[in-house]
Order: sequence, then C-alpha cells, then structure tokens
Amino acid sequence: MRARNFVTRTGEIALLSGRAFAAMAARPLETRLWFAQMEQLGVRSLGVAGIATTFTGMVLALQTAYSLPSLGVKYYIGSVVAKSLVRELGPVLTALIVGGRIGSGMTAEIGTMTVTEQIDAMRSMAVDPVKKLVAPKLAAVLVMLPALTVIGCGLGILGGLLVAVFQLHVQASVYLNNIVQNLTLADVVSCVGKSFVFAYIIAIIGCYNGLHTEGGADGVGRATTDTVVTLAITIMISDYFLTRLFILVVS
Amino acid sequence: MPPDDPLHAPPPPEPRAEPPALFTVRGLTKGYAGRKVLDGLDFEILRGECFVILGRSGSGKSVTLRQLNGLDKPDAGSVVFDGTDITGLEERDLYPLRRRVAMLFQGGALFDSMTVFDNVAFPLREHTGLSEAEIAAKVQEKLGLVHLPEAAPKMPSDLSGGMRKRAALARSLALDPEVLLYDEPTTGLDPITSAAIGKLIRQIHRHLDVTQVVITHDLDLAQHVGDRLAYLSEGHFRFLGDWAAAKRSSDPELGDMLSGREWEKEDDHASSAQP
Repeated sequence: MRARNFVTRTGEIALLSGRAFAAMAARPLETRLWFAQMEQLGVRSLGVAGIATTFTGMVLALQTAYSLPSLGVKYYIGSVVAKSLVRELGPVLTALIVGGRIGSGMTAEIGTMTVTEQIDAMRSMAVDPVKKLVAPKLAAVLVMLPALTVIGCGLGILGGLLVAVFQLHVQASVYLNNIVQNLTLADVVSCVGKSFVFAYIIAIIGCYNGLHTEGGADGVGRATTDTVVTLAITIMISDYFLTRLFILVVS
Repeated sequence: MPPDDPLHAPPPPEPRAEPPALFTVRGLTKGYAGRKVLDGLDFEILRGECFVILGRSGSGKSVTLRQLNGLDKPDAGSVVFDGTDITGLEERDLYPLRRRVAMLFQGGALFDSMTVFDNVAFPLREHTGLSEAEIAAKVQEKLGLVHLPEAAPKMPSDLSGGMRKRAALARSLALDPEVLLYDEPTTGLDPITSAAIGKLIRQIHRHLDVTQVVITHDLDLAQHVGDRLAYLSEGHFRFLGDWAAAKRSSDPELGDMLSGREWEKEDDHASSAQP
C-alpha cells in the first residue's frame, strides 16, 4: 500500500470524497446509521478528548504563570489559555486524539470487511458500501468532532481556571473577564472551521485505507498503522495552512 | 478496454431448439502484476444449466467468476449478460444485474456485526418494500431451504464453517435470483459437510429456476452438480464440454485431475527417491 503512487492515492481519495458527500445527500437518508455512528464515534470519544484538553488548559495556566513571572502576567492567564486552546490546541489535540481512536477503528472495521469479502458481498447485493459505511461515518465525524472540540475547549478553559484560582491565587472574575475581553468571534470560527476540515480528513483517510486493505490480518494491521501515521501528519500540516488561511481571511 | 477486440463477435443468431446463452463471454483477458491470469477465454453459460469451472488453486477461477457480476473488470474482452454488455458499465449501472445474479463467497462473507437473520434480511430491506413481518417470513423460508431454521438469532461467529456457508447461501437466495455464482463452495469443509453443500446446490437447481455457475477444485462436487464442465489451466480452458466428453478427453492434465493420479505420482517420486 505504501508503494501506491501518491498521485493515484490522492486522486482516489478525491473520488471517494465526492462519492461519500453525494451518498450523504442521496435519498433515502440513512439517519439511523448516522446516529449509531455518532454515538460510537463521538460520544464514546468524549472522555479521552475531555481529559486531554482539560489538562492542557491546566498546564497552559501553570506554564504562563511560571515562565513569565516578572511581567505581572498572572492577570493575562485567562486569555493566554483561551486563545491557545481555541485557536490551536483545542482543534489539533482533539483531532489527533479522536482521529487516532476512531480513524484507526474505521480502517480496522472496513479493512476487515474488505479482506473477508464482506465489502464485495455488499457490492454483489447491489448495495453501495460508500453509502452504507463511509457516508454515515463521514456525517457522524463532521458533526461530532466540532462538538467535541468546542466541549474540549470549554473544559480546558475550566481547567485553567481551577489552576489559576487554587494554585496561582488569581480571582476567577479576573481570569474570566480577561477571556471575555480578548476572545473574538474569529477565534471561535477558526476553531470550528479547523475541526470541520480535520473531521473530513479523519473520516476519508480512515475509510479509504479500510477499503484498500489487502492481505489478511497483517494487512489490516498495516492499514491501521498507516491511517494513524497519515492522519497525524496530515492534521499537523493542514493545520499550518488552515491557520495561514484564517489569518488571511481575518486581516 | 480496447475499442475493437477482434474476438468480440456479435451475439450469434439464436439456434432453434437449444436454450439461449445467458452469459456470453468473449476474449476475456485479465492480468495482475504483469502476469496474465486469464488469456482470452471464450465461453457461454446457458439458461438453466449448472456450469462448473474446474481448476487448480491459483488458476484464475475466482477471477473468472468475479467478471460475471462485474466485481472485477477485464483488461480485454467482453461479458454479455442477457443481451447487455456489462464490461463497460459503471458500478451503479451494474446494480440491476446484481439483483438478478447472486454470489456465494468462499468464506460466506456474512456481515459479522449482524445476526444471521439480519444478514438474510439485508438484501430484502435494501431492495424490497416488504414489511418487517413479510421479511421475517421470507427469511425463515430461505433459512428453511438451507436447513438452518434455528440459526436466525445467532451471530455468524457462533456458526461452524458449513453452517456459515449455508447461511450465506440463504442470503444469496433472498432476492430469488436468476443466477447463482458459487466461489469454491466446499473449500475448507470436511467431506461430509461438502457433500451436504453439494446436495443443497443440486436441490436448489432442481426446485428453483436458477442458472448456476460453480467454480471449484473439488472433483466430487463438480461431478455431482455440474451439467457442463470447463477445465481452466494457465489462462485457457483446456476442456469445455459435458461429462461424457470430459472422461473421453485425451488432455493429460485433465486426465490426472479426473483420475486422482496425482497421488500415485507423488508416491512414485517418494519411492524413486529412496536408494
């Protein structure tokens, strides 16, 4: 699979995306499958994503206070934590963690179905695997990842608040006021916008690698590893370009 | 696909009394990684017959079968099903064909996240407007046909290999197909279970109005279910005809396959290796 030509893969991924978005809109809407996937992919990722962002918020508060002690920076902890989380760390961390969890799960599930001919069986029964398997996952991740990201940012800000109040002795009102004064709508839009793009990347790469799994159990293993690595790299690289894009749009 | 394959003849005029060909395959060629697996196969499958493709492992039997419902595309040549050339069709345009042509996969390929009931109900829920009660009746009927009426609530992982194949067969029968394609229906099964599957294929042939294509390396099965036989080797059919002709055939490889002489050869080697 690694030897597959990069250009071919990119083209196939683009084709799969087109088919998946078309299948999402095509009637009959498979809403029951969508909700099942939202539960499985989204709700069950809440714990791990929440823990990661909460502690990130707490660490941010600590680092801000102790790395710049002389500048009276204590009073800016709120905005440092919130801006970092909302603009960068929230979307990226959530995408990396949730992507690792559900992207690999998608590849393993669809990949196993591919190597045991279940995908072919579905095709032989005149049922489109993209409509039945890929589209519900794509829809679920597109809804759930932004939601998880927003919840994660909230929890991170809360974590920062706890550290600020109990360890750094900053008043809660100072912390919160500082956030309200500095956090802009553009920050929030960029947060949600990024997580939409990451959601698309996670679902498409996870499903694509599953559908193109070859060989037996070791093939599924290789495809799953490939998904995790590809996702991590693609999310980080696209984050840079998305950030540039948002800066361009806002300024 | 090349625009004009010299082997692609227009469908022959209907002979008077003979049953018309349901599948007409011309010049079927398929290669993987530079190796030609199929090299210009020509054959017809007649309406209502049971056509057996016999061949050794890796001879390209599965590849041939997968061309018949368009799961794979040939490099060259054409497959005509009931008057329609399916070789150039898009996946979506193959769906009407696939509702008439069901396939039984080697490992059964049951959806392992669903019960046997839901597996058999799957094509019905997808393609028919039947109510759940009607679907339940139909599922039980099909499971009865394959002698698995009690397996409905079980998960595929709880079934034995033979039961899994029978459940998969029930799923293939769900839409009352005109054609059934069997990919190695007895591989991995013990002789008794194999015979049971073979009998089932014969029963289906007798009681339902279907055309069947069986690919196998199981000679017993081929002899018991096949009306006509093709022997596939090195990308060609070395033989194509009925059983009487197969037994008279002078082809040495087919002769070895039919007589089971390979066992003796191996013994000869073993004994001649001894000083």
